Amino acid sequence: MRISLFVPCFVDQLTPQVGLATAQVLRRLGHTVEFRSEQTCCGQPSFNSGQWDVAREGARHALKVFRGSEVVVGPSGSCVAMMRNFYPQLFKGQPEEAEANDLAQRTFEFAEFLVKKLGVTDVGTKFSHKVTYHDGCHALRELRLKEEPRQLLRAVKGLELIETEEGESCCGFGGLFSAKFPMISTAMVQVKGGALVRTGAEFVVSSDPSCLLQIGGWLSREGKPIRPLHLSQVLANEAS
Amino acid sequence: MSDPKAIFLKDASVSTADGDQRAFIRKALGGYYVNRDLQKARFRSWEKARDAASMAKWSAVNDLGNQLEKFVGNFEKNGGVVHWAQDAAEAREIILKIAADAKAKAIIKSKCMTSEEIHLNDALAKAGYGVVESDLGEFIQQLRGEAPYHFVFPCMHVKREAISELFTKHLGTAPTNSPEELTMIARRHLRQLYVDADIGISGANFLVAETGQISITENEGNARLTTALPKIHIALAGIEKVVKNLDDLAILLPMLATAGAGQPMTCYNTLYSGPRQKGECDGPEQFHLVLLDNGRTRLLADPEQRDALHCIRCGACLNVCPIFKNIGGLAYGTTYQGPIGSVITPHLRGLKQWNHLSGASSLCGACTDACPVRIDLHHHLLHNRRNAVKTNPTLFDRVFHFGFNFVIQRPKLFAFGGKVFRTTLPLLKKLPLPYLSAWLKTRDLPTPPSQSFRAQWKDQNHE
Repeated sequence: MRISLFVPCFVDQLTPQVGLATAQVLRRLGHTVEFRSEQTCCGQPSFNSGQWDVAREGARHALKVFRGSEVVVGPSGSCVAMMRNFYPQLFKGQPEEAEANDLAQRTFEFAEFLVKKLGVTDVGTKFSHKVTYHDGCHALRELRLKEEPRQLLRAVKGLELIETEEGESCCGFGGLFSAKFPMISTAMVQVKGGALVRTGAEFVVSSDPSCLLQIGGWLSREGKPIRPLHLSQVLANEAS
Repeated sequence: MSDPKAIFLKDASVSTADGDQRAFIRKALGGYYVNRDLQKARFRSWEKARDAASMAKWSAVNDLGNQLEKFVGNFEKNGGVVHWAQDAAEAREIILKIAADAKAKAIIKSKCMTSEEIHLNDALAKAGYGVVESDLGEFIQQLRGEAPYHFVFPCMHVKREAISELFTKHLGTAPTNSPEELTMIARRHLRQLYVDADIGISGANFLVAETGQISITENEGNARLTTALPKIHIALAGIEKVVKNLDDLAILLPMLATAGAGQPMTCYNTLYSGPRQKGECDGPEQFHLVLLDNGRTRLLADPEQRDALHCIRCGACLNVCPIFKNIGGLAYGTTYQGPIGSVITPHLRGLKQWNHLSGASSLCGACTDACPVRIDLHHHLLHNRRNAVKTNPTLFDRVFHFGFNFVIQRPKLFAFGGKVFRTTLPLLKKLPLPYLSAWLKTRDLPTPPSQSFRAQWKDQNHE
């Protein structure tokens, strides 16, 4: 299959290793991976801020970038939810409505793509560490993915998966919410981060690099021992 | 300071800084999660029950005019008197007039959030009536001089010791740490007040169109006393409370109890069928119902958010909301706290002043999953944000998002901007920049890589 990578804008700029690991896993499974370098951001920050007219301009660019692609795979539940669930709303009644609906149908979150589309749960990797998994809210409740990333993690040799308290609680990222209401966002990550630390895991793994930005940022500031890692990095085994 | 947003930001800063109080609220809700899941498991399919409950409310709200007419016809046939109130002021006037006509002195009330919405207690007190709340939580909040913290559990934030102190101060009782004793103190105090009251004011959980009955659900029995002992019963309800028939009520009552409080059924479920009938020896002589619009028809006219009128005020969305659990109910500054409050308050009080509540959400969606009548809560927060931008865009937001979307349509500019951001980040961190400094106050950012993903990809793939 020819897979077009959808790399979130902040992954491009701040955590490129997540994009590289995603490509590595997909290639190892025998697929052709392309990166269309005209891509930038899906427009979610503006969409979530209520600026739908402006967001549509940015999203139009993304539609153009991925035109003609076979499947689009992104290592982020949140950015994929934007394309899958919110592009159809954003373009409803617009000339691009059909194109937005079409892109929504062939865009997949990384774990979802592996398990549901490719039918793969064991990607043949080893990671001898204790990890806990953080469900990003968009993956969990917009894309309804809960078992898929866990199936992938359970198949990793040597990996011990520990479930956390506050398992379905939001980490408090919420995009610009984290900076517009920093005191609420911080209170939320204190609750979430505290629970993650109590698991005794060495790594907190997630399908959502934006949650990891929030959780990792707080853990680092507080000097906590547990480290953030994207699911793709575990599956590509880049941890040690 | 009268700007609701400024007050909200200040109050939320104070309450989120109170770690003990936040832990107390989390602990208080711990038992609820266990019981709720236990009760949900008793349903053959909770999800199908949600469909049915949602359909029950949908079919009534989408035929509201006819269903209300049917209800009112049957209610009047039973001997009740209906009053229509367009807004809070009209509702207050109606109730004040009934009280004046009856030459009433003392009024007892059972739990009624709609009365909080119209600030009824203040109006009655100003007119010289003694008003006492008979629901234990509301009674405590009344003594504290504080609004309800949670529209189902009004004093869930108050510790036992504080309640004991409150009773000692106001009722002169001996300090005690026992919940049973505290309840008995309130009970003894309230008993005589039911007997003395000329008027009992209640809310209504549902208005049953096919029978003209009012359904009230409660755990303390205080609503039964409030509505049965005084000579006059006034019920106050929003027009969206109507359901078509008793079959629909039969699904909604257990859903309300399970979703909201983790109970199989609320302890007392009563259908009120009108005033004392000929030959009956008890019940009120007059039975009034005030039906309140107060912005609800505005919500009804909005097909996108009309389902917010399905709300049965169970409180499930508050119980699961990480915002509610961390800022607490009082910080909202609204009658209805939590996600449903953030959705409907802009419709009831104005979007311009109350849109910040829709912004104060990470859009995690826990509320939408918890709602027994499937209100699309967290997406409505997005809709409110969009509607607010349409009517009242702020200059900063306009410039910021215009700039951002200008950049993301130009890949070369985006790559260049990213590089500038990464290389100057150590300097940027020291500047008082919007958003960035708010983030950095409590969280680090990863050390930026020297090369972006796109640059590394280009190198590795020789593109």
